[in-house]
Amino acid sequence: MPQYPNRQFLDFEQPIKTLYEEIDKLKQTAEKSKIDMSDSIRKLEDAIDDKRKDITSHLTPWQRVQLSRHPDRPYTLKYIEKMTTAFMELYGDRNVKDDKAMVGGFAQLDGETVMFIGQQKGSNTKMRQLRNFGMPNPEGYRKALRLMKLAEKFNKPIVTLIDTPGAFPGLEAEERGQGEAIARNIYEMMRLKVPVICVIIGEGASGGALGIGVGDKILMMENAWYTVISPENCSTILWRSWEKKEVAAEQLKLTATNMKNFGLVDEIVPEPAGGAHWDYAGAAELMKISILRALAEVKQVAPDTRISNRINKFCKMGFWDEL
Amino acid sequence: MKNEEDLEANLAGDGQPASEEPTSVESSEARERWFQRLRKGILTSTADKKETPEGLWSKCPECNYICTTTELKENLFVCPKCNYHHRIGSIDYFDIIFDNKEYSIHFDNIRSKDFLGFTDLKSYQKRLDEIHAKTTLKDSMRVATGNVNGNGLVVAAMDFEFIGGSLGSVMGEKFARAVDYCIEHKLPYLVISKSGGARMMESAFSLMQMAKTSGKLSQLSDAGLPFISLLTDPTFGGISASFGMLGDLNIAEPGALIGFAGPRVIKETIKKDLPPGFQRSEFLLDHGFLDFIVDRKILRDKLTQIITLFKG
Ligand SMILES: [Zn+2]
Repeated sequence: MPQYPNRQFLDFEQPIKTLYEEIDKLKQTAEKSKIDMSDSIRKLEDAIDDKRKDITSHLTPWQRVQLSRHPDRPYTLKYIEKMTTAFMELYGDRNVKDDKAMVGGFAQLDGETVMFIGQQKGSNTKMRQLRNFGMPNPEGYRKALRLMKLAEKFNKPIVTLIDTPGAFPGLEAEERGQGEAIARNIYEMMRLKVPVICVIIGEGASGGALGIGVGDKILMMENAWYTVISPENCSTILWRSWEKKEVAAEQLKLTATNMKNFGLVDEIVPEPAGGAHWDYAGAAELMKISILRALAEVKQVAPDTRISNRINKFCKMGFWDEL
Repeated sequence: MKNEEDLEANLAGDGQPASEEPTSVESSEARERWFQRLRKGILTSTADKKETPEGLWSKCPECNYICTTTELKENLFVCPKCNYHHRIGSIDYFDIIFDNKEYSIHFDNIRSKDFLGFTDLKSYQKRLDEIHAKTTLKDSMRVATGNVNGNGLVVAAMDFEFIGGSLGSVMGEKFARAVDYCIEHKLPYLVISKSGGARMMESAFSLMQMAKTSGKLSQLSDAGLPFISLLTDPTFGGISASFGMLGDLNIAEPGALIGFAGPRVIKETIKKDLPPGFQRSEFLLDHGFLDFIVDRKILRDKLTQIITLFKG
């Protein structure tokens, strides 16, 4: 996890940066003048903690989207590393290639073997390209399905971690059936005999997210977003301008609180003050608690009932008038 | 090749083609308005000629062949010269598919509502009210049951004119009830897709219809009933990434544009022009995503053959 001065600050996080800079100045002064400034420094550190809490307590939907894309935010493999032991990453769709935007493998979660699957983003320019910015191709979805079937065969529960700006809109992706790959996953996930827990950990954009997003319990991190289209693309299509992304984010009602209130997600996973990027271990611990609780609950249901419950859960989603 | 169309304008519910001259015939409800526009288009160049009676002539957007609308309709809205398949609506398909044009429409009492209070340039409710005032369409999908050469069939067909045939809660619910009907009456299910994708004004609820419809198909599958997915021009986004691609048979009309991402988005991503024929039915057939392409003129026969083969 990057520490100051290697941290990156979003515009609404600038007050925190200012506090760090003040601490720097005090430390320099203390160094030069040999005066003990630890009390003042501690006060500023407390102020940073307060500011972190304060910022996430009143974010606009668009700021929430920005936070979900924070360059220091932890990604799928980081959570797996922090939550589990004995993680064994598995590669490839057994067909075309290994998609680096989708990762997965067995690991032990609290002593039990679980299949983890998720989109993976990169944390620097080179890795971002390698991971295709977390936008899987069809082979990524097919790799995910292969791993889910493997877990089902050995009766292991599945946890998916969702973080994608969307499935990749490329020429080869169309040739290899991006639509079919996502459709197949949605369909097959409905029918999996083992428990499936899905967690939206960052960006939950459209079919690219839902392609690993069908489960018995859907959890969503406090600063994640989930909807049918990114605010930017929604703005481009409906407002005919890139500029209305803030309004689009508001209109789409894409925050964890909105989604929980709509009954489209089951639980909000709280994040450390200021967001997951302030404390990776803390964020992972909070997520682990939620996942274990959800798993314990759905494990008590018989597989057939679990499947019909899963289908019924999604069938209830929607609103209409009946004349 | 016909003019590049702004699929996304349809999804925004603006309905009007970008160019003054329309690119295709739309559903029966829209045809009246469409022909008025077409007439205007044709008459601009021949303004001094005797006025053509409204709705009598039709020009093919592919080959410019002009024929009477009666001739076009008798030919099931397929160009007699170049086989271009004009876009048609749910009622047109029902008339084409069912014996003696006899069928019953189901679940027509379900209406979209603006649950989220979604407002872009217009409120969602206002869009809905305007379309309801302008057309007889209730939403982007109609469900009908009837016989095809004596074989019972449930058909759900989309109307592109209703906010780009977009997938919202109403389509999801009609789809679900149609599946229940199939299971109750042991009937095969045909879905005719024609859609720009998800209905953005329903936000995450529209996304979840992809899961809902796929879940219902799982139940249809367990009941051992066939699901035929007929893809027509255009079929994109949430439809192709859910039930559209989940047919026991995936079939398509010739030349239909079908894909996950729209051509504009792909072009912007790869910063190259797209190859000719990209995302057309024939392209999908070549890449292994369709069982076959079916001409509208033999659709009834093909459906009969499919039902017979699955039964026998
Ligand atoms: Zn023609």
